[in-house]
Amino acid sequence: MSLTHQDVARIARLARIAVTDEEIAATGAQLNNIFGLIEKMQAVNTDGIEPMAHPQDVSLRLRDDVVTETDRREAFQAVAPQVAAGLFLVPKVIE
Amino acid sequence: MINATLKELSAALAAKSVSSVELAGQYLDRIAALNPALNAFITVDAGKTLAEAAAADAARAAGQAGLLTGVPLAVKDIFCQQGWKTSCGSKMLDNFIAPYDAHVIERVRAAGLVTIGRTNMDEFAMGSANENSYYGAVKNPWDLAAIPGGSSGGSAAAVAARLAPAALGTDTGGSIRQPASHCGITGIKPTYGVVSRYGMVAFASSLDQGGPMAQTAEDCALLLNTMAGFDGRDSTSLERPTEDYTRELNNSLAGLKVGLPKEYFAAGLSADVARVVDAAVAELKKLGAEVVEVSLPNTELSIPAYYVIAPAEASSNLSRYDGVRYGHRAAQYKDLADMYEKSRAEGFGSEVKRRILVGTYVLSHGYYDAYYLKAQKVRRLIADDFKRAFEQCDVILGPVAPTAAFNIGEKSNDPVEMYLSDIYTLSVNLAGLPGMSVPAGFAANGRPIGLQIIGNYFSEAKMLNVAHQFQQVTDWHRQAPAL
Repeated sequence: MSLTHQDVARIARLARIAVTDEEIAATGAQLNNIFGLIEKMQAVNTDGIEPMAHPQDVSLRLRDDVVTETDRREAFQAVAPQVAAGLFLVPKVIE
Repeated sequence: MINATLKELSAALAAKSVSSVELAGQYLDRIAALNPALNAFITVDAGKTLAEAAAADAARAAGQAGLLTGVPLAVKDIFCQQGWKTSCGSKMLDNFIAPYDAHVIERVRAAGLVTIGRTNMDEFAMGSANENSYYGAVKNPWDLAAIPGGSSGGSAAAVAARLAPAALGTDTGGSIRQPASHCGITGIKPTYGVVSRYGMVAFASSLDQGGPMAQTAEDCALLLNTMAGFDGRDSTSLERPTEDYTRELNNSLAGLKVGLPKEYFAAGLSADVARVVDAAVAELKKLGAEVVEVSLPNTELSIPAYYVIAPAEASSNLSRYDGVRYGHRAAQYKDLADMYEKSRAEGFGSEVKRRILVGTYVLSHGYYDAYYLKAQKVRRLIADDFKRAFEQCDVILGPVAPTAAFNIGEKSNDPVEMYLSDIYTLSVNLAGLPGMSVPAGFAANGRPIGLQIIGNYFSEAKMLNVAHQFQQVTDWHRQAPAL
């Protein structure tokens, strides 16, 4: 496989990362090299092999459905780029 | 005192031959003198450190000191630590003062360890050379032209240069073991699930694991005792009885079965590393170990599998950096989508962007089965290789990296070349096994080389036993660079 500049632009848009045309050209070449490495995996027969998500194959715990968090809004919003009245501010989404 | 181990510092503090404030002052002075050349620390805050040290001295005076109370500790800049900048080596988090403590930080704070500073690292722990930091490359204390390894390169360089007696690291694909090897110190990545990931900035959640880095295996055991433990806030933290990782240190190695995977000694291994590993194996034989050849036939597949799984999980984890709740936000943007795209373009460095793009692609519509699912199946094959090998041996020995530390800049323009150097460490993370690096010698050019010890699940105490016994008959771990 080989990613075109159009593919790279599409992936960057999906990843919400702005890229310039020069970056697309440079990154595209590197990504194709990386996928060249990754493609080696396709030659292996994995029929009937169970995918492994967790080394111990344990099922995830359920916790009791109770409130455990304390209100730390002020501390958490102290590191936010823009807040007002306890809310995170973003550019207008709906006109 | 600067060359003292944690064990020795603990004894000196208990004997009151030194106070924690004096000790912290000594390391802070050394950091002030040497860090400008090494760049091992991102944040040093003498006021905070000395306040922690004074609190430790007060606890001791009140008779409340534990074994490690008052001992200085360097913290990788990936662990959230309330009141300290937690940048993860990224411009994205350059303005992030953590509002809470990671579980590991809660544990080391409760034990009275004193934060000596926050160490440099590859951005979001992505790298094998510590050249991907927003704060600049870390230099190897043994040779300033060499990389210290990554991603916990600042932690390894700090311990090697005696800017701290021990450090916290994390290991997703070798990030504790490889820098430990390149800097001539000891480090262990525990079994996945032993150390809580809560508050550890996430890279690849099914692989990430925190661990200790220090001069000796004994010190790693002491620090792991403090770090390990169940934590309900990490969904993959394992509920197991508390272990004393020092309990087997003094056991004899007579009859120990040591497995040497033939794939680890094939083409690609440098003569320097082969010589050092052979000599280490010979030393363990003298201690009574028996050598068996084992096979890990899918070793080479660990590179493609890892470089699918880790970027996939990273692309998902790093989607949280949107410039809304914390982290960098671009100054100029026309709408919300533009704000996301510019904030992320400005906040992330090139390697992080590459991995996000790879991860986004392999998880995108129509490609999941061909990449992520395929990689998870290969992951199972790799874990099964180890399962079979451990039917024949107690521990597996091998190299950590194909060569001693390479030069800064040598591989930084070729990601694939850099990825290939992770060949001996990745499979341990994919399988979720514990692995460690122990100083075992030097390359002809004077750069350190580590021996990798891989253990079966939950066999950290056994691995530390092997490493400790090796360190009783060798002194590689006591050698320090001339600075």
